[in-house]
Amino acid sequence: MDNILERLQPIFQDVLDQPGLQVSAEDSGQTVAGWDSLAHISLVAAIEHEFKVRFALGELEELKNLGDMIALIQTKRTG
Amino acid sequence: MLSSELNYPELLRKRSGQIRMLREQATLSVRVAFLGGATTQELGTWLDLFLGKSGIQTIGYHGDFGRYFEEATLDTERLREFAPQVVFLNLGARDLIQALPPAATAADLEQAVGGTLGRIRDVCDALAQMGAVVIIPTIVPPPMHALGNLSAWVPGGASLHAALLNVRLAELAQQSAQVRLLDTQAVLSTGSEPWYSAERWFRYKIWRSGEAEMRTAASLASIVGALFGRTRKVLVLDLDNTLWGGVIGDDGVDRIVIGRETPRAEAYTAFQEYCLTLRRRGVLLAVCSKNDEAVARSGFDHPDSVLKVSDFAAFRANWNPKSENLVSIATELRLGLDSFVFVDDNPAERHLVAQQLPMVAVPELGSDPSDYARITDEGRYFEPISISDEDVQRAALYAANAVRSSTESAFANYDEYLQSLEMMAEIDAFQPVYLERIAQLINKTNQFNLTTRRYTLAEVEQMAGRTDHVTLYGRLADRFGDNGLVSIIVGRVVEQTLLVELWLMSCRVLKRGFEHAMFDALVDRAHAVGCRSITGVFIPSEKNGMVSDHYASLGFRSVPSDSTPGQQWQYDLSSASSPLNQFIQVKPRGQYS
Repeated sequence: MDNILERLQPIFQDVLDQPGLQVSAEDSGQTVAGWDSLAHISLVAAIEHEFKVRFALGELEELKNLGDMIALIQTKRTG
Repeated sequence: MLSSELNYPELLRKRSGQIRMLREQATLSVRVAFLGGATTQELGTWLDLFLGKSGIQTIGYHGDFGRYFEEATLDTERLREFAPQVVFLNLGARDLIQALPPAATAADLEQAVGGTLGRIRDVCDALAQMGAVVIIPTIVPPPMHALGNLSAWVPGGASLHAALLNVRLAELAQQSAQVRLLDTQAVLSTGSEPWYSAERWFRYKIWRSGEAEMRTAASLASIVGALFGRTRKVLVLDLDNTLWGGVIGDDGVDRIVIGRETPRAEAYTAFQEYCLTLRRRGVLLAVCSKNDEAVARSGFDHPDSVLKVSDFAAFRANWNPKSENLVSIATELRLGLDSFVFVDDNPAERHLVAQQLPMVAVPELGSDPSDYARITDEGRYFEPISISDEDVQRAALYAANAVRSSTESAFANYDEYLQSLEMMAEIDAFQPVYLERIAQLINKTNQFNLTTRRYTLAEVEQMAGRTDHVTLYGRLADRFGDNGLVSIIVGRVVEQTLLVELWLMSCRVLKRGFEHAMFDALVDRAHAVGCRSITGVFIPSEKNGMVSDHYASLGFRSVPSDSTPGQQWQYDLSSASSPLNQFIQVKPRGQYS
């Protein structure tokens, strides 16, 4: 889980263009500046490419925060 | 993942940061409105990136979802206030193709397309009055084909519907200077993700896949850049392992890889042909190579080099840093470095130029020559804004040729066909520049090969130097292009006969009568070395049945075999005979092509 979060950091830093940004499991679109609907499209695509996973329709919509997304990535990678 | 100028996952990450940096360097801003039936903000961001690379900052306007017609023609206040310089009508099959019943008639289809076109024309007229140039993407048929392959040809088929619509859109663009098309089909033919993404449509209301959206924006940026004079004009090329394989300084002109003979040679030839196409379209070519100048120039003397020294507007082959050479080329051509594209297989050279001269476009060429043309093309650096005068003259020439070829479309007989090929050949003794090709052809030709004897390159080199040998190679070109070196004969003088130890020809020129031209040359040489006869040998193999009658058809008579293997045939040189070749113009070496 920590490993996934570590790999997510540079993706958020790049896509949101905030080099010092550190996101945490509790973060979401509400708490991170710049994580708007347009950035969300890029974040999802970049994460799918990074982890070689595909989020099915509905899966992303149910997530409350980044921790949920990390758990989902974890499930997809081990499943 | 293919190496690419448009690496989607990479650009996805770097986009925001690059846009921020490019914005600081922008020297022009352009107001672009996006109208259509999809979410367009993502497309707008990609456009920021790609236009930023041309020094243009975009100011975007995103219309209300699906209200493009109303916003352009009725409820126009907001758009008028924005005063767009460019409008991208982001329309697709979803917006423009209403499914017709499967049994629809041609008239139904015409009516449907006519109605759609009428609406688009109204939109274009209104936007043109606002002073905008309207860019419309050509339409890709919808992703689902309930009619199967009928879709392509029955009037109720969505694919035919899209095709007809695209023809009408092209006519619209031809009639109005303020309407331009984005060639979606060209975008579609590249990239690794599918065009459509149902998932993105359901999630974001964007029907193109992420990569397709990016590539569409890159193409759109090339049009907008061209409209505002940011098209690049000069293609600067490295030589070794860029325009040919190998290092001319080490390998020499005889050993560089170019031509049609190996896959790598074909790839370098294809890239040269791409460069030549650009030059003919008005793009200036220049050489920038770390080489001795005379040595560098000699590479273009290779008979298979598509490009000639005269194709280059500037030529820098020296040991100075390439960035300095680019500056000096810019001075010579009186063009800004921001109109330059620098193509080099060496990543270190690319890096240096990109660092020293950030205004020069430096595509990531990769290391596989088969990708060079695609990668250079992908950058869309040389987007033309219109057809040039040069193009118009060329078109006249093509028209004349077309008339000629249409009169030749049917042939009364095979001879007439051969005549129409306008064949031209070069036949001569082995030359150093061809030895590798000759060795290769000797070792791979199986069918038109009288003896199937194999020789190493070293043995071929020896033969070429021996006075008791007659060696001949033949190159053949026709109106469709150069076939390259395709036939070889080797004879050895034994007493007063010329014993033909090797005679072979590539299958790509079968039934052209080229063996007759080779035979005429062989007869001349045999006379010249004082022979009274030619002795042909046929050694049957599993694959060379097609030449079992070869000597008989040339007028040889069968003679009893001596100790040498195979069937022997003899041709008497004392009786005068006329040349057999009728259709091929044989030119001296150097005057070919």
